[in-house]
Amino acid sequence: MKELLLGNAAVARGAWEAGVCLASSYPGTPSTEITAAIAKYDEIYTEWAPNEKVGMEVAWGACLAGKRSFTGMKHVGLNVAADTLFTISYTGVNAGMVIAVADEPGMHSSQNEQDSRHYARAAKVPMLEPADSAECLEFTKLAYELSEKYDTPIIVRLCTRISHSQSVVKTEEREKRPVKEYVKNPQKYVMMPTFARPRHPIVEKRMSDLRALSEKTELNRIELGGTDLGIITSGTCYQYVKEVFGEKASVLKLGFVHPLPEDLIIDFSKKVKRLVVVEELDPFIEDHCKKLGLDVTGKDMFSLIGELSPNIIAEKFGVLSSKGKTIEEDIPNRPPVMCAGCSHRGLFYVLSKLKAMVHGDIGCYTLGATPPLNSMDTCVCMGASISGLHGFVRAGGKNAVCVIGDSTFAHMGINGLIDIGYNQSDSTVIIADNSITGMTGHQENPTTGFNIRGEKVGKMDIEMMCKACGIERIRTIDPNDLAESERVIKQEMNTPGASVIIAKRPCMLLKSSKPAPALNVDEGKCTGCTMCMKIGCPAISMRDKKASVNHTLCVGCNVCTQLCKFDAFDVKRGLKYGDS
Amino acid sequence: METRNIVIVGVGGQGSLLACNLMGRALMIEGYDAKVSEVHGMSQRGGSVVTYVRYGDKVYSPIVDDGQAELLVSFELLEAARWFNVLAPGGTVVTNTQQINPIPVILGAAKYPENLLGKFEDNGAKVDAIDALALAEKAGSSKTVNIVMMGRLSKYFPFSEETWHKALEQTVPPKFLEMNKKAFKLGASA
Ligand SMILES: Cc1ncc(C[n+]2csc(CCOP(=O)(O)OP(=O)(O)O)c2C)c(N)n1
Repeated sequence: MKELLLGNAAVARGAWEAGVCLASSYPGTPSTEITAAIAKYDEIYTEWAPNEKVGMEVAWGACLAGKRSFTGMKHVGLNVAADTLFTISYTGVNAGMVIAVADEPGMHSSQNEQDSRHYARAAKVPMLEPADSAECLEFTKLAYELSEKYDTPIIVRLCTRISHSQSVVKTEEREKRPVKEYVKNPQKYVMMPTFARPRHPIVEKRMSDLRALSEKTELNRIELGGTDLGIITSGTCYQYVKEVFGEKASVLKLGFVHPLPEDLIIDFSKKVKRLVVVEELDPFIEDHCKKLGLDVTGKDMFSLIGELSPNIIAEKFGVLSSKGKTIEEDIPNRPPVMCAGCSHRGLFYVLSKLKAMVHGDIGCYTLGATPPLNSMDTCVCMGASISGLHGFVRAGGKNAVCVIGDSTFAHMGINGLIDIGYNQSDSTVIIADNSITGMTGHQENPTTGFNIRGEKVGKMDIEMMCKACGIERIRTIDPNDLAESERVIKQEMNTPGASVIIAKRPCMLLKSSKPAPALNVDEGKCTGCTMCMKIGCPAISMRDKKASVNHTLCVGCNVCTQLCKFDAFDVKRGLKYGDS
Repeated sequence: METRNIVIVGVGGQGSLLACNLMGRALMIEGYDAKVSEVHGMSQRGGSVVTYVRYGDKVYSPIVDDGQAELLVSFELLEAARWFNVLAPGGTVVTNTQQINPIPVILGAAKYPENLLGKFEDNGAKVDAIDALALAEKAGSSKTVNIVMMGRLSKYFPFSEETWHKALEQTVPPKFLEMNKKAFKLGASA
């Protein structure tokens, strides 16, 4: 059947068709919808894992039990799972195991733009790179075959434009696969030096076999067109190159990006007058061509930074025909903001009032770094806030706290807290518990007590976890209660020893959160002092020197009312939610 | 046929995902090769959101570049100005006249530009502007602005009413179908 599917949904469909029985992942843009889509197939046990390392190990365990398995993550997730990856490369698999990794050139929703292809090379595992949804489906299925045939975990590399664009796929039925028996084999699965040493040559032999496959696989194909120009490319860049050149240039499209072919590339180079590599981020293919001694252009034409596009490619080749017009006008930016009623707003207002040095982390609450709250000092990677705070405090840093979300705490924050509990520093850790993984679009996590299908399951108790880490002072606050939050945070910052403050209030966007009536401004009372503007609520603005509330946005969280010294926000006269 | 390019923009939370899903369904029903690019993640939190729709006999790139779109559909006025450069010469801006102040404007650090519709025309674009918020409210909820705008956009396609209705059925939850059909109609006939 023909269907229009998101690249991510096509990977999910491919996994289902390949007979996958288990998927375990941690969300991360742009990879999240793969696992969300897999969860819709009843035949596949699917779960959100607390982090990517756990997800990869769960998938590996499942493949040992003889069933095909899957794990998906964003590029930085592979950093977290890298320890596992480098050694399951040695053990290999039993049934097939596929790892989908979505890179994000352009950093639409990421903290860096690393290139995952280096991981395939460094960990010595094969990597495939689809260029549209049809290939997402097809390559995922093929990846399972290769994984079993070559006894290796295998990576399918995606990027934002492939993951998040819909295109047409041909779907098939699900394969019926027998369970492969688990056979005890410590020489293969117990990676201590005596057993690991003989595994390494096996890995090298495998990669050399895969290199031979890369020479002849249909995934790497020459599309002969005009021969003045030959372009080597892969993934979404292939689509851009075809958009610009059509048949006018010859193209070597690489779908098998590690290990790369050698003879095929040399053969292609002989067919064309000028050889150019078009790839986003690092010169991975280009360096390989240079190692083969070829005269090739790549990164001296195209940037190492950000995404490419058809226009950028056309411009660099000097064939750009038309450009759009820009409106000559200062267009104000529209950066993402905390939603009206966001439970993080009150917390960051208090922290800005206390002029605290805030070690931040990753999630919706990172928006606390933006104006007018401006109350976050650092943000590196998931979990870094807690350990960073401990180091800062131990080295004499003053007036500091950290803020971390519930999902991020369960992901990697706990490890930092173990350090604080163990080595005892005067750290104040604030866990912004909004009962959901917000930033990536509302995934359940170990602290919510529900699984990926919304069923009630086990629940990690944050408070008990903190206790178990050795923290004695644990307080809970409602971040919408500004006075109480300020009092408690100040007190904990001034008290020696480690403490945790759980700022608990569910995300306003959750179905279970019921908005209160929207507020009204009593214009007679409002003096236009702009105190209420200090919280950056998108529902409040100044009109004719008076505060004004947008009733379609306001959910009556009452954070603003606590700031108003003139009692100008009238709750009683407030309109019902949704009125205008 | 040559590939046709449409860019749909708006503010995170206005339902551009659903709008481009609707567009995709309609194109599939009509039997085209199509690519539809969505935005997920960070920018959904009230940020500026852009989605691309391309269709024809054979579509390569999933994105529409600068100067390539024949239609720029905007759920909010300022966003039409921000993304104006995607428009091809002689293209049409189909826009909601609703203004949603971005944070720099709310904070008084920037001004919401004036007379944008006139500026679109001065720059050679055809302009088709409607008050989609009023129509959405008439249909039953301000949340249907996206569907009102898709109704408006439908005028630029030779597809039957049946195609759009089928597409709506495939994308909108049954509970809200009637309201959305009404919103779609109001947009198309405004
Ligand atoms: C290693 C890694 N995995 C995944 C992500 C993607 N990611 C960014 S924020 C976030 C979730 C944050 O959830 P939470 O901590 O509960 O905060 P909230 O957004 O709900 O405020 C995720 C999954 C990432 N940046 N790094």
